[in-house]
Amino acid sequence: MQIYLPIAEMSVNVFLILGMGGGVGFLSGLFGVGGGFLMTPLLIFIGIPPAVAVATEANQIVASSVSGVLAHWRRANVDVKMGLTLLAGGIVGSSFGVWLFTILRGLGQIDLVIKLSYVVFLSVIGVLMLSESARALMRVKRQIRRKRHYHYWIHGLPLKMRFRRSRLYISALLPIGIGFLVGVLSAIMGVGGGFVMVPAMIYLLGMPTVVVVGTSLFQIIFVTANVTILQAVHNQTVDVVLALILLTGGVIGAQIGARASGRLQGEHLRGLLGLMVIAVCAKLTYDLVITPLDLFFLGGVVAN
Amino acid sequence: MRKVKNLLAGVVLLAAATPAYAAEELVVDLSSSVVEITAGFVGSELLLFGATDGEGDVVVIVRGPLRDEIVRRKERVAGIWVNRDELVFTGVPAFYAVASNRPMEEFLPEAVAAKNWIGLENLLLLPHWKQPYAEDYDSFRAALIRNKQRQGLYSLQPGNVIFLSSRLFRTKIRFPTTVSVGTYGVDVYLVRDGNIVTVDTTLLNVRKVGFEAGVFDFAHRHSLAYGVLAIFIAAVAGWLASVMFRKS
Repeated sequence: MQIYLPIAEMSVNVFLILGMGGGVGFLSGLFGVGGGFLMTPLLIFIGIPPAVAVATEANQIVASSVSGVLAHWRRANVDVKMGLTLLAGGIVGSSFGVWLFTILRGLGQIDLVIKLSYVVFLSVIGVLMLSESARALMRVKRQIRRKRHYHYWIHGLPLKMRFRRSRLYISALLPIGIGFLVGVLSAIMGVGGGFVMVPAMIYLLGMPTVVVVGTSLFQIIFVTANVTILQAVHNQTVDVVLALILLTGGVIGAQIGARASGRLQGEHLRGLLGLMVIAVCAKLTYDLVITPLDLFFLGGVVAN
Repeated sequence: MRKVKNLLAGVVLLAAATPAYAAEELVVDLSSSVVEITAGFVGSELLLFGATDGEGDVVVIVRGPLRDEIVRRKERVAGIWVNRDELVFTGVPAFYAVASNRPMEEFLPEAVAAKNWIGLENLLLLPHWKQPYAEDYDSFRAALIRNKQRQGLYSLQPGNVIFLSSRLFRTKIRFPTTVSVGTYGVDVYLVRDGNIVTVDTTLLNVRKVGFEAGVFDFAHRHSLAYGVLAIFIAAVAGWLASVMFRKS
């Protein structure tokens, strides 16, 4: 069944989009990953203009983060003060990101920048996932006793704040800086940024693992909401019809994935996810490197 | 279909009537003057019927709304294909389809075609006045036409105008899903002895209707409200999902 997407201005198969939403939703339910970093490239592969894919995916992440954060909220696993500090950086970063996005779009370079960002981040994530799962499979168990967290010089920058829920007393500049960087990524790549945020919170900030995911999701809601509004205002690239189909599939997929996660062997699956990420990354790289059929192409309508 | 039959009957009647009065050299009508882009839009096809007052060749040209169009050229930089040079053309028709009853070079002298901007090679495509002089203008122009042809937006279809009798003809105009909205001009040229005897111009409208049109308009006219609504929908959907999760 074909449906015409009003903003992407093309017609797509509803079941294909539902299936993609379901598949990526399944993975996100299984691994607790956001899925934006897989969904946006998939949308680009089926021919959705990259600018529309990024902005629409940001909108979908609002939905998946809201449904994710509520469970953590009930268990009081959200450090609101830390979330708001990250968010302060995130709002500035994502606004800057959308501004950059608009300029790059005018220069005709946005598609390239989106794809290159994906190649860089996906290759890093994919390799990390693969090596982690390989290590687990080879049963190389290295028990390293960690201190609760290390105190680097960056924690001692001015503007020190106390984060009770995270049991931290560190400079607010650090979470603001992290929030800013992830905000820029969110705007340009159409991701929540959990895959950067979560490791940064654990290793850089030294937050207790139990509050990390809830706090990350909490601030992702507002950062992606900011991206959605700014993209809608500056670029008119948010396709609500596409977002609705995606999140319908995503919600169902996430439920199945969350239930399946108890029964399946985690490390094999993590390796599989790593392989998928590498495959998506390889396809993006291949498309950038092979000689296109036509060296010339139409760059869309000129905005006056 | 019934509408088309009526139309055909009307044209037949007209054709039969013309010799007596010899009033009109060319009569043309479309099966519909509107192409509506709806949620299920998969492209569209219109039928064009016409009658001439005698022997002659027919060229049908459909022109979409004019606009500026950027053509970009990729270049390999450090192994990756990157957009480098660009040229902005002005007054480019979004759609341009030429159909005729036989190859045009058989009945239309090149000079006449050029003078009337008939055919892809005679299409008037000018670089935007702000552009510096581009020495490879020709390759950009050819690329513009080639890309549009690949998208099904520009076409040259000799033989697509079919004469049902010596005076009655019909042709199909095919619009792909990527068709732009706006007013389209349909020009039908009657050619006799290498001269254009007459031109009949009909207008047709391509527009988005219903839900799709509403969403597009809303997104462009009230983009802030659109963004807020998009977030609201997403938040409610996320909350609903969480509630469903909890119960089961």
